[in-house]
Amino acid sequence: MIKLNNIHKSYEMGNNSLHVLKGIDLEIEQGDFVSIMGSSGSGKSTLLNILGMLDNYDKGSYHLAGNLIQNMSEKKSAKLRNDMVGFVFQSFNLISFKNAMENVALPLYYKGIPRKKRNLIAMEYLEKMGLKEWANHMPNEMSGGQKQRVAIARALISNPKIILADEPTGALDSATSYEVMEILKDVNDSGITVIIVTHEHDIAALTNQIIRLKDGLIHEIIRNGELKEFKKNLIRGLEIA
Amino acid sequence: MFDIDKWQEIFATIKKNKMRTFLTGFSVAWGIFMLMILLGSGNGLSNGVSSNFMNDAVNAMWIWTGETTIPYQGMKSGRAIQFHNEDQDLVKKVSGVGVSSGRYFMGNTRYSYKKESGEYTTITCQPELIQVENIAINEGRFINQIDLEQKRKVVVIGTDIKTALFKDTIAIGQYIDINKVPFKVIGICNEPGSTRNRNAYMPLTTAQMIFNGANKIHNLAVTINAQTLEESKTIEEQVRNVLGRKHKFDPKDEGAIGLYNKLENYIQTMRIFQAITIFIWIIGIGTLIAGIVGVSNIMLIVVKERTKEIGIRKAIGASPSSVISLILLESIMITTIAGYIGLVLGTGLMELINYFMVQSAGPAPSSDQGGGSIFLNPTVDINIAISATLLLIVAGAIAGYIPAKRAASIKPIVALRDE
Repeated sequence: MIKLNNIHKSYEMGNNSLHVLKGIDLEIEQGDFVSIMGSSGSGKSTLLNILGMLDNYDKGSYHLAGNLIQNMSEKKSAKLRNDMVGFVFQSFNLISFKNAMENVALPLYYKGIPRKKRNLIAMEYLEKMGLKEWANHMPNEMSGGQKQRVAIARALISNPKIILADEPTGALDSATSYEVMEILKDVNDSGITVIIVTHEHDIAALTNQIIRLKDGLIHEIIRNGELKEFKKNLIRGLEIA
Repeated sequence: MFDIDKWQEIFATIKKNKMRTFLTGFSVAWGIFMLMILLGSGNGLSNGVSSNFMNDAVNAMWIWTGETTIPYQGMKSGRAIQFHNEDQDLVKKVSGVGVSSGRYFMGNTRYSYKKESGEYTTITCQPELIQVENIAINEGRFINQIDLEQKRKVVVIGTDIKTALFKDTIAIGQYIDINKVPFKVIGICNEPGSTRNRNAYMPLTTAQMIFNGANKIHNLAVTINAQTLEESKTIEEQVRNVLGRKHKFDPKDEGAIGLYNKLENYIQTMRIFQAITIFIWIIGIGTLIAGIVGVSNIMLIVVKERTKEIGIRKAIGASPSSVISLILLESIMITTIAGYIGLVLGTGLMELINYFMVQSAGPAPSSDQGGGSIFLNPTVDINIAISATLLLIVAGAIAGYIPAKRAASIKPIVALRDE
């Protein structure tokens, strides 16, 4: 599904160049539930941006569902984003002057689906999220958990292959965080690949695979079996703290 | 462009962002409104003064006699100058002089018809006078060449004289006594724009013969053909030279003959008006620039405010061009509608002022002593108005396009982090 080969990325900062990703090799299968962890500056957001085609990489290759993603025009990458990827953000990023239903329906606008039809589909997705009654509410009238559920509905409406979530629980309390993770788990169960960036160990522990980044390189990958070990270590770590 | 869904999206955005829409629209409407008022007032002033000049031919020149003030060729100053018929021929030969009419002053003249009588001004003239001064014939005809040659005893009387002497009866063809000499009334005239029509016109030759004028003339009214102030001054100088040679006075002697050159006056006034027009345009362009800066500023803020929204739209699949066109179409629509409103209000106000001016001037022209208003028809050329509006719309579009393009080309992730 996702195949990264020796990905390099650096940012120009005036005269200095900041080398953020220093050769990432990574393969993610269809239907995986992956979390990317790492301290700030380790390049986890940059990696997510490249995965989501929001940013270009300098060196290496990135294959998404068999397509090489490289030097694409903005228009083509926008189309591919619309077809393949759904985004969920820490700060929800709903459009403040549109109500919940219109926010959810927006990706379908860029697919060229007529208003009536896309609003109908949006209602279906809101119903799945248990927010049918909130369809006509504006984002500022909703709680954080509700907003994130609207955002997830919006990410799902275009039938993406991958959901990319940048700190999806970063702005939520722990109870709501677990609710959101539960929803993402359900999404994953329906066959969609879910990749989240987080710095919270307990959130990462809910995924099937943890990729730890350190200084622009993959430090370790903890898979299903080893995850139990990771949890144990986590609990031990907490006890010490 | 005519994607209904896109327009629905734009209308939805406008409806949800009323304040922003209002501010953008207001600055455009205000700019156009002020421009219309400014240009309209300028036009009104210009039209008003021009129309005041239209009473007499703008290229008229009057020449009259006086006394010398400078000793010349051994003759003392204080010598009276007297024109004769030959002088008119001399002046006519000066290049640049068009038609001319001589005049012999008669002092007070008593007009009487049956039991009615009164004293009025008699202007003795040649037929050409009607081309120099502003005389309108209401009935009958003006003095003609045959009257002049045959020294006919005919007179054209002003409407006030007609009313006073004839009341409602027909005057044309009747004989009236002027200083006890019977004259036949051949025409009734008035001076448009004037409230006093107490002048009567009779042939110069008749007056010279009957009232002891011999071949004397007191003044000359001529038209001159000059385009510039310099040309007009040259003609003036030549007239002075020619008459000075004939009557032996210093051409520089301002007292020997009097000279009023209306063209000179007109050209000078028009120069002032050109200056005023330029001044108004400078202010107008300033107003327009202020409007453009205002619109640009608001567009910059709007795009800045929408950076995050742009990021969101891009992340969920909007292409840069769709983002730019969304913002631009919205701004163009707002500026167009607002510009139109400003245009309608501005021209509407000027038309309203015009309407009331015509209304108040209409029923009571006599209250206004002789002169017209200096403010007339304060309206704006619709082409100028429309081009100014278009300029503002284009400026707003450009001002919106540059930041919109920048915002559309930044990485969505950066836009999304923009708080």
